[in-house]
Amino acid sequence: MANPMRIRAAAKDGITEVRILMNHEMETGQRRDSAGAIVPAWFIQEVTARLNDKDVMSAQWGPSIAKNPYFAFKIKGGKAGDTVSVTWVDNRGESRTDNAKVT
Amino acid sequence: MAARTGAAVAAVVAAIAVAALGVAGVAQEKDDAAKSIEAYRQALKDGNPAELFEMAGEELWKKPAGPRNASLEKCDLGLGPGVVEGAYAQLPRYFADTDRVQDLESRLLTCMETLQGIDTRAHVEARFGTPRKDELVALATYVSGLSKDQPVKVAASHPRERAMFELGRRMFYFQAGPHDFSCATCHGEEGRRIRMQDLPYIPGKEGAAAGWTSWPAYRVSAGQMWSMQWRINDCFRQQRFPEPVYASDMTIALSMFMAATANGSTMATPGIKR
Amino acid sequence: MIDIERRRVLRAGGIFAAFAAAGLLPAGRARAAWNKAAFEGKTVQEALASIGAGAPATSDDVQIIASDIAENGAVVPVQVVSRVPGTTQIVLFVEKNPNVLAGIFDIGPDVAADVTTRIKMMQTSNVAAVVKADGKFLASVKEIKVTLGGCGG
Repeated sequence: MANPMRIRAAAKDGITEVRILMNHEMETGQRRDSAGAIVPAWFIQEVTARLNDKDVMSAQWGPSIAKNPYFAFKIKGGKAGDTVSVTWVDNRGESRTDNAKVT
Repeated sequence: MAARTGAAVAAVVAAIAVAALGVAGVAQEKDDAAKSIEAYRQALKDGNPAELFEMAGEELWKKPAGPRNASLEKCDLGLGPGVVEGAYAQLPRYFADTDRVQDLESRLLTCMETLQGIDTRAHVEARFGTPRKDELVALATYVSGLSKDQPVKVAASHPRERAMFELGRRMFYFQAGPHDFSCATCHGEEGRRIRMQDLPYIPGKEGAAAGWTSWPAYRVSAGQMWSMQWRINDCFRQQRFPEPVYASDMTIALSMFMAATANGSTMATPGIKR
Repeated sequence: MIDIERRRVLRAGGIFAAFAAAGLLPAGRARAAWNKAAFEGKTVQEALASIGAGAPATSDDVQIIASDIAENGAVVPVQVVSRVPGTTQIVLFVEKNPNVLAGIFDIGPDVAADVTTRIKMMQTSNVAAVVKADGKFLASVKEIKVTLGGCGG
């Protein structure tokens, strides 16, 4: 099971600001290890987010996104007590979903 | 004669003015660069990947482990069993139960042994970046996060604490290794830097605080979380010293020197570095 | 023991097709497959062509907010804000990276055209943000300098 993300969602003036820290190597596939072998590419390809079961945001990523990715966006709407859910899927087909309550 | 002198003087004045503009130009460039880098550092602070390690450390703190199948939740970090909040800001300190001055990481080892029954030799010997050390770093990150914004309270008043402080100071100035380096070589004078990194003057309160209050820290360049023991270990490597034993008295002494010199400053852990 | 048919479906359509085939995707989640061609583009032009963008005009309404200097190329915070009405997509490129296309952000009706992420940069480079709005593409470019960190810190 992949490592958990850290999600913070705060509602203010009709906008819910979502800030996410994901735990992922985001390996480019360009690096060599100490033995000289290429470290295979391993990176998040897709990110989706929902506010209370409604899809609000999606993104496609490549390995130029930094390791332990940070991602922030603003949902129009949302209020304290709502649930923000975020899912990522990587190029190995591994996936992780975490939820957070909007404060 | 007077006219020629006047013209010459004017020419010299003009030359100085141009030179001054040039210098001011360079100074302005340095200023802009410094501001830019500060903006970069600020942008990194919101969403510090160290938080991922705090989460992992909290899980480890609460997870039963070892032959005694116990968690670390009764570990005494100096403020009483199980009190984590504010504990990092008051370390290193003297502990009566072990009759030693200890820093956070040596105290974590003590608790793993006494509460969980784990033989921590493998943890001590493990290389940084391997699972056993990762556990200790995550635990240290978690504990340090609960001292964020707390004042450093390390007065080194107990005689054993004072002795450690003095030992740490001696070690700080002790030249050794093939390059005859000491900690002071980099950190013993104001205004030093290596490429883009300013080197804090550790014997002074401000410099000591710059170092002591910001580790454990996430190093973006390596994508790794480093504890203070790791930072000290790497300093020894950079000085071409023999590798220090993890959480040994010498490393605790150096920590005591830094922490007590930084007494009164504010903990900003976990930090984030380039 | 994995079913041969299912294995074929998985290889053909990728994991999302398999999920959709198995009815595992919740209703309404029509998801685009990962745009392999775009992400494997070696130049900004190639990647732009893969997303149908051609040669976008620059616009002051597309803003890249990032520090001029990154102390370390491993992690460079970048924010893109689009004031172009009808923005449906924000695309981020790092010109001199081996992987030129960094990310494609779908701006649906429920989110603002304002995203922040962190990229890695191999060297000092132009970072370009291309915005799709009402079928048209507009762009903004900013150079970010990457310094070499020292031994400390």
